[in-house]
Amino acid sequence: MAQNTTVPTAGHDEHHPESTVVFGFWVYLMTDCIIFGSLFATFAVLRNQFNGGPTPHELFEFGGLGLETALLLLSSITYGFGMIAAHKTQISQVILWLGVTFLLGLGFVGLEVREFAHMIADGAGPDRSAFLSAFFTLVSTHGLHVTCGLIWIVTLMVQLMGTTEIPERMMNKLTCLSLFWHFLDIVWICVFTYVYLASMI
Amino acid sequence: MSNPNTSSSGESHGSVSSYLIGFVLAVILTVLSFGVVMSHSLAPTGTLAVLSVLALVQVLVHLHYFLHMGSGSEARWNNIAFVFTVAFVSILIVGTVFIMANTSINMMSR
Repeated sequence: MAQNTTVPTAGHDEHHPESTVVFGFWVYLMTDCIIFGSLFATFAVLRNQFNGGPTPHELFEFGGLGLETALLLLSSITYGFGMIAAHKTQISQVILWLGVTFLLGLGFVGLEVREFAHMIADGAGPDRSAFLSAFFTLVSTHGLHVTCGLIWIVTLMVQLMGTTEIPERMMNKLTCLSLFWHFLDIVWICVFTYVYLASMI
Repeated sequence: MSNPNTSSSGESHGSVSSYLIGFVLAVILTVLSFGVVMSHSLAPTGTLAVLSVLALVQVLVHLHYFLHMGSGSEARWNNIAFVFTVAFVSILIVGTVFIMANTSINMMSR
């Protein structure tokens, strides 16, 4: 509680209105969790409905999946380093780590878009079977979240440029994005376990 | 208890070493997940069970080391919201799978 002294305006007044911002964002994440829960439930029901179309064994490959997972996992820790720099008010470091996180996230989205493009080109689009509908809905919802996270990262990088201190308001934004980014990583754990790996057994 | 202390000054925000520990654990668990599927060393049900355990542990690792969920009083409302969500999502998923499996058995579609 008392260890963060880098934010001069923060104080430790628990009645400060900003103190509810991060909690409010946490509640949003919990509702997001329910959205993903519904999509996972849908996928679980439809995962064997191939309608004569391609099966996961023909569609998924370990290489691309491993690379996507590695990028997202790395981006989680680089964002963490950015947060540590933010708590020390090392703004150029924060911008640097946010930039690295952005590139890793962009790589992830790029790989995913490429994978989807290949699948659709091969006639395995979301309209092919119930399994593929559920697959595209779930995985692209996650990808869309990551894309929003990327836009958010750029926004914060621009806002941080040229500043010399990190006011509490900015710190709250960084903390919310941190929660968002790490939350997406957790969703991805469930995606690569239950959507990809479990279908490739 | 109407003011959850979740301001940035109240968050425990981790250190380089705790992030590295979390990262190494996450990498090990991910590699194990991939390994268990790629090696085909277990029966399908066994593989799925191992995968589920690995995923659960990895989610807990991420929650602890990256999202800094704790048991302190300042995290009380975050935790209440989280437990509610976990319960809600569990009922949603287990209930859906159970009902739909039951339906397809009764409709003899499988």
